[in-house]
Amino acid sequence: MVKANRLGKGRTLGFITLMLCGFLSAAAQDRIKIELNMGQERPRLAAPDFKAANGDPQTAPLNTVFNQTLWNDLDNAGIFDMVAKSFYPSQMPGQPSELNAKAWGDPPPNAGVITFGNLGVTSGKVDVQGWLYDVKNPGAPQILGKQYKEDATPDNARLIAHRFADEIIARLGSGIPGIAESQIYFVSTRSGNKEIWSMDYDGANQKQITKLGTIALSPRISPDGSRLAFSGLTRDSWQIMMYSMDLGRTVAFPRIAGDNFSPAWASDGTKIAFSSTMHSGLSEIFIADANGAGARRLSTGKGDVSPVFNPKTNGQIAWVSGRTGLPQIYVMDADGSNVQRMTDQGYAVSPAWSPNGLLLAFAWVRNYGPGVLGGSDIYLMDIASRQIIQLTHDGGRNDFPSWSPDGRHIVFQSNRTGNEQIWSVLADGTHLQQLTRQGRNSQPNWSFK
Amino acid sequence: MNKSTSNRIVVLGVLALLMVASGCKKKETAPPPPPPPKPVTATLSANPTSIEAGQSSTLTWSTENATDVALDGNKVDPSGSQTVSPTQTTTYHLTAKGAAGTQEATAQVSVAAKPTPTPTPAPTPPPVTDDQLFAQMVKDVFFDYDKSDLRPDAQQALAQAAQVIKQKGWRVQIEGNCDERGSTEYNLALGERRADAAKQALQQAGVGADALKTISYGKEKPQCTDSNEDCWQKNRRDHFSLLH
Repeated sequence: MVKANRLGKGRTLGFITLMLCGFLSAAAQDRIKIELNMGQERPRLAAPDFKAANGDPQTAPLNTVFNQTLWNDLDNAGIFDMVAKSFYPSQMPGQPSELNAKAWGDPPPNAGVITFGNLGVTSGKVDVQGWLYDVKNPGAPQILGKQYKEDATPDNARLIAHRFADEIIARLGSGIPGIAESQIYFVSTRSGNKEIWSMDYDGANQKQITKLGTIALSPRISPDGSRLAFSGLTRDSWQIMMYSMDLGRTVAFPRIAGDNFSPAWASDGTKIAFSSTMHSGLSEIFIADANGAGARRLSTGKGDVSPVFNPKTNGQIAWVSGRTGLPQIYVMDADGSNVQRMTDQGYAVSPAWSPNGLLLAFAWVRNYGPGVLGGSDIYLMDIASRQIIQLTHDGGRNDFPSWSPDGRHIVFQSNRTGNEQIWSVLADGTHLQQLTRQGRNSQPNWSFK
Repeated sequence: MNKSTSNRIVVLGVLALLMVASGCKKKETAPPPPPPPKPVTATLSANPTSIEAGQSSTLTWSTENATDVALDGNKVDPSGSQTVSPTQTTTYHLTAKGAAGTQEATAQVSVAAKPTPTPTPAPTPPPVTDDQLFAQMVKDVFFDYDKSDLRPDAQQALAQAAQVIKQKGWRVQIEGNCDERGSTEYNLALGERRADAAKQALQQAGVGADALKTISYGKEKPQCTDSNEDCWQKNRRDHFSLLH
């Protein structure tokens, strides 16, 4: 399923080369798997539906929403081996006293851990109790016990499920927080022109954010989630614009000469990189303070765009340049020095740096040439070794990958269904999901947390 | 009749014949009458025989044995030619007088009605606005895939456009565009290169940098939305707008 390939430059005798390639390919896969925080040992998790705690008319519908959301969150997390529901014992526990641990721990379920609980609506409030138990540790089985109470709405049922799922994932997933409460920002045409929209990480709750009325592109949410940078078309130029998520409106940002687009945040929120024609009339990479002041030019290419910081260090920037013809991915230090070209063929665009700083996701028409136009797929590159694996194989044009905060998921745009929509996939290529269906949707950007 | 009578008649006849013969010879001595006058001839032709008003035709004539030749009453040489420009159909008369009399010849030059334009009331030309003139003189230029080099025909078109832009003192926005393939962001950068290529060409042809502004629309403003090369080519262009 996952192909590994090598971009090596060395030439050796055929036999040795073959051996070496085989070895490096396998090594690359393993290395990338480790870097994705998706280890081999996945907890085997059972997640029976929560029980309805009472007969309130709202209880059953909200419980359905809750159960679906919780299952999806755990399944999507990519770190569990979910026990199929067909293996479950007939008795579903609603609280610890109802749990028959042995029935869950023995085959066929053979679960290692189980989450269970109950949900009830009383006086317009939804009340949820949830537990996580280690089935194989009868002495001290409880890993987690949580209670939530909110106004009884479907949105709150979903929110509680997300929060509880994130607790479980954080506890069982090497301490890396879950992403169930993260947001994805994207461009949608559904209002008639391109505006920035947001949605929950699973595609629920899609909302329009900007109302620019012209063209809004390239949304990039700030690390703390308070400000959304994007490129907006004004009467006479493209400008970096800033939308305050707290105030719910566009706020002042310095107007810069020329065209300015494709903003990117440093992960500490203090800097913004972007592409600007202010200096030469051609697009070059600039870096400025988060308030837009003190812009400095970093690159001197012709057609430089799509910068992205290494979020681990903020000491490097990856970007796209057409300086040698077709666009390729480059990396430089954040002061503009030490430029390295990362791809050496095809049409390579839209780099996205993984949260742990070790991988680049990008879109690539790898074998660009007459007759093979149009097939763009998402690839992952291990920066240290330059090993590359292909993530999408399903046709169409796949572009604009963006990493989930936990580094286990990638969201991207694809026209595989005929028009541009947003999809997510686990970074090992599984769990492909379509998140948008209305209008044309593109340029997804996953929040930092 | 008797024989003796018939003999007498024969003799008398012979005598008579002799007498006639001798009498004729004697008349040659009379004065000769004046020779009869030679006949007068006259010809007249027009070439061409039909013209439009304002054009001319050549009349050519010749006469024989005429002492007095006139064309429409004006004395002319016995033979000759003359250019005429009648404004309406005219018959020309040549009169040749001589001892033997008078001869006349005629030639007609017909004048065709000129296809005069129907008299339009005050033929004022429609006013050409700057926008119309701009659209006429400063046309889109097109590019190859992922390229921003101007093709030779575009170079030429821009050199000509530059003259009008300079002469009119126009300010121009150059808008770089791309086809739908490839990334949204990279296409913005590519569009900048295309706009800049036209800007450089116009500057080289003498247009001031202040009169030129560039913007890239990337693949955001296609003028054609099909997914084929025809359409893609239409979208890989610089479009020019007159700034007011």
